Amino acid sequence: MVAKGSWSRFDTSSNNPVWEGMEVETASEEVVEHRKMIVELLLAKCVNNQFVRELATQFGIEAPMLETRDDDCILCGLCVRICDRIGPRAIDFSGRGTQMEVATPFDTFSEACVACGACDFICPTGHIKLAEITDKEIRPIPSEYDEGLRGRKPIYVPYAQAVPNIPAIDRTKCAHFLTGDCKICADFCPTDAIDHTQVDEEVEIEVGAIVLATGCQVFDPGNRDIYSYNKSPNVVTSLEFERILAATGPYSGHLVRPSDEKEPEKIAWIQCVGSRDVHPGTKPYCSAVCCTYAIKEAIVAKEHSKDSLDTAIFYIDIRTQGKDFERYYNRAKEAGVRFIKSRISSIAQVDDSGNQLIRYTDETGRRIEEEFDMVVLSVGLEPAPDAQEFAERLGIELDDHNFSKTSSFTPVSTSKPGIYACGVLQGPKDIPYSVMQASAAASAASSELAAVRGTLVQEKSYPQEQDVSAERPQVGVFVCNCGVNVGGVARVPEVVEYAKSLPNVVHAEENLFTCSQDAQDSMRETIAERKLNRVVVAACSPRTHEPLFQETMKAAGLNKYLFEMANIRNQDSWVHQDDPDAATEKAKDLVRMAVAKASLLEPLEEQQVPITPVALVVGGGLAGMRAALSIAESGYEVHLVEKADRLGGQANHIYWTWKGEDVQPFRMSLEQEVLQHPLITVHLGAEVTYMSGFVGNFHSTLTSVGMSQEAIPIDHGVVVVATGGEPYRAKEYLYGEHPRVLMWHELDDLVFRKEPIITEGRSSVFIQCVGSRNEERPYCSRICCTHSLLTAVKMKEVNPHMDIYILYRDIRAYGLREELYTKARSNGIMFIPYSLEDPPKVSALEDGLLQIEVINQVLRRKIIIQPDFINLATAIVPARNEEIARHLKVPLNEDGFFSEAHVKLRPVDFATEGIFVCGVAHYPKDIEESLAQAMAAAARAVSLMAKKIWVSSGLVSHIDSATCVGCQGCLNTCPYGAIDYLEEQHICQVNIALCKGCGSCAAACTSGSARLAGFARQQINAQIVASMRGI
Amino acid sequence: MADFEPKILAFLCNWCAYAGADLAGVSRLQYPPNVRAIRVMCSSSVSFENMLKGFQMGTDGIFVGG
Repeated sequence: MVAKGSWSRFDTSSNNPVWEGMEVETASEEVVEHRKMIVELLLAKCVNNQFVRELATQFGIEAPMLETRDDDCILCGLCVRICDRIGPRAIDFSGRGTQMEVATPFDTFSEACVACGACDFICPTGHIKLAEITDKEIRPIPSEYDEGLRGRKPIYVPYAQAVPNIPAIDRTKCAHFLTGDCKICADFCPTDAIDHTQVDEEVEIEVGAIVLATGCQVFDPGNRDIYSYNKSPNVVTSLEFERILAATGPYSGHLVRPSDEKEPEKIAWIQCVGSRDVHPGTKPYCSAVCCTYAIKEAIVAKEHSKDSLDTAIFYIDIRTQGKDFERYYNRAKEAGVRFIKSRISSIAQVDDSGNQLIRYTDETGRRIEEEFDMVVLSVGLEPAPDAQEFAERLGIELDDHNFSKTSSFTPVSTSKPGIYACGVLQGPKDIPYSVMQASAAASAASSELAAVRGTLVQEKSYPQEQDVSAERPQVGVFVCNCGVNVGGVARVPEVVEYAKSLPNVVHAEENLFTCSQDAQDSMRETIAERKLNRVVVAACSPRTHEPLFQETMKAAGLNKYLFEMANIRNQDSWVHQDDPDAATEKAKDLVRMAVAKASLLEPLEEQQVPITPVALVVGGGLAGMRAALSIAESGYEVHLVEKADRLGGQANHIYWTWKGEDVQPFRMSLEQEVLQHPLITVHLGAEVTYMSGFVGNFHSTLTSVGMSQEAIPIDHGVVVVATGGEPYRAKEYLYGEHPRVLMWHELDDLVFRKEPIITEGRSSVFIQCVGSRNEERPYCSRICCTHSLLTAVKMKEVNPHMDIYILYRDIRAYGLREELYTKARSNGIMFIPYSLEDPPKVSALEDGLLQIEVINQVLRRKIIIQPDFINLATAIVPARNEEIARHLKVPLNEDGFFSEAHVKLRPVDFATEGIFVCGVAHYPKDIEESLAQAMAAAARAVSLMAKKIWVSSGLVSHIDSATCVGCQGCLNTCPYGAIDYLEEQHICQVNIALCKGCGSCAAACTSGSARLAGFARQQINAQIVASMRGI
Repeated sequence: MADFEPKILAFLCNWCAYAGADLAGVSRLQYPPNVRAIRVMCSSSVSFENMLKGFQMGTDGIFVGG
């Protein structure tokens, strides 16, 4: 801008104080001519500079009239000013007249420069090069979230889902904290939210229990040079690969390799990087999660790739021991993922191609080489480097690997009472088990604090809700600029003016941030002043911000369902950044649609149902007993139902945990605690024969199994299902025909009693995966490998002369259980791999001896053994759950185990509220895992009962009994079993407590009687009508 | 037809497709401004009547995301 005042010359307006009557001219003929002359001078100085040439073209200058120089700097001084502002003052103008230039003192590398790059960034002509100013290392700040695959700024939001989702300043990188100056961010922040004077605060909180969930880190493959991790950008860790695949990652989800951003045609995964290894810096244990995540990455990579991507996973054992993971493994094989059982000797870059050559030895001992475009290292999990120091500070014990030490019987209790541990801090584990442990830790802490539950709660109060049902709609529209997020693209004032013109709108305004506290306060006042009875906020997404605005509605005395949002940020300004006109029009449309719907919104009622503070636990094994006891310890009454005539379930036959702890004393003490607890009623020899009701209000009938057939009615608020499982009774390998073919408890009894066959036997064979991982049961029974290893090691201890063979497909000694595998091998136990296609053959010889033939997959030779006995590690099958599933209306998976609400995030919940699952009923698992899941189920049950009242959502379906014709179309559509058919009245009715508000009944209803409140047909139709007016 | 701009109506499930559309925004993925989204609690709640209403009002295409 150029000011023309009382002076005769041109001057920049921004350099002059404003005075009354000042005239500013920016585009007069004279001004433009003057500018043109300056540009011509610049062009003469920098005749070959792209930026200056483009500028000259804009002014119609083809070539300068003056003598030209080939320079780059136009001496604008932006670099000098920004450097001055940031603080180091590393550069300045030097020389005079035509010799003037920007330089460092004495033209040497600057000591003062902090390598922030602001000068380089701001220079319009590209003249300034940071590398000419400083010899300090110039590189982007690696983004922690993107695993260093791209840079981040010193002020940044750590990741998209961060809570709170606000930027943080990295003091180690921020120029202000390095130089004391800068603070440019504060100039730009429209809400003055940046305070550089904030200091770390030490806050003291008094607590009754501590839960540790500090997690882990991944192995740094740079520590093992065979992987060439630091040598080639195309050797990435699995976490880096996750970012490459992510839509929010460095390549926007486009599968390319880092070196040249080319789409790879062949990718290899190397398993057990840093795990199951004995080299310095690596870990001897199995990380438990890498096999499954590598399979996932391979499948997802194939899905991302346009052409058929060749994927190969180099592994030692594939350990897909989790629920449904084996199916996933099979799916990967069908999708063409290659699984190569091997040992890697090296990975090396091939010439300059960026490709990697993998040298490996396959299972038959052949040395093979194969080239890949990219290699992913499946890095293992390890404790944080400060784990030891942290543990010392808290006074908790760690195990040999620096994981928090816990017992199998108290899986989340650290060595210090009142401190609990969950997640990988306690040992390598996957998400479902981490989440179970987290709830278990909450249960342990809550049992301990049961006496003071709720004593620190402050109830929030709201004003009386106004009845607006008789009023005509008075809509207020609040349009948010979201700083520049919306306002920088869509023209918000225009949207506000448009909103004012819409029917029923009595007020419209714009806010800088509608969600800010002051805007919320003012919204509350506006609602009162303008007598608003409907509110529309045009801003971000209702998924993130609707609850916040609904709080304001309640605080203003309005029903929270009289609120509607128009998503003009995530679904408008952010996705049409280069088209302000279209974004503005779309914003108007979205506001019009929201107003149309808002005008038809009605106040909705949230039903409040008292919760019966009683739990029913079905199944009296270890899991059932633990769940019952944890609930009772939290102060709630429990009915524990066991079909058999004694408690304990399978644990009655188990002697040792894999860690070597004695199970029987623990089982007995748990049983005693359960039997003696005043809040627990144990029903032995009884079954659940009837159940009805819904969350907080279940009614069940227990019936004695015996002669009496006595029926006991029980009212309860929650249900925990712990029906367990049992070993599959093998039909193969002469089981049941030959006395020396044993399984599970039969062998355990012999070992426990140290029978002569154990102490004096010459040889024995274990066959793994009997009835598991086959067509009939395509799942891994998870516990059998560990159990066989444990039993074999025990046998070898009492009888070192016995030859013990374990015939296996993959040894799945996951997590720290790997120790047992290592021990077994060092004790001389022999492992013979076999394949599903070529199973061992067992035959009875004439003299009562057994013979077993197996094709050794390593040696490719037939091996014949004549052992004293054979033990079958048979599948773990679920209890017959069909009936209880039918009573509870909860689903079973294909294998007969119960299906949880969400595999990862809700591993003990059912989709139906108030019902929880734990133990083997959910999936085969060992004692430690069953107990943790039982405590988790208890925590979930207790947290529900602690609320005392269950509040339904207002967004539920209703069926008009006057128009319903009883066709039951809705009943068949409802995925939650929330609709009942009332035979006498010949109509259908919605059970609000079960309804999840999906609205499928409303779509299916032919008579228009079913209606989803808040998303009713008329309301949606109003939106549809409004949507098509503008475009 | 060269400058034909279709009007598209989208019914997006609150739990997946609508969240996906939000994420597209967070990721700053740019797409044509021809679509108007209506949030529903489940794609199964979109009835034939809703769709016919859309066509009646002049939409050129309907997208149901769930």
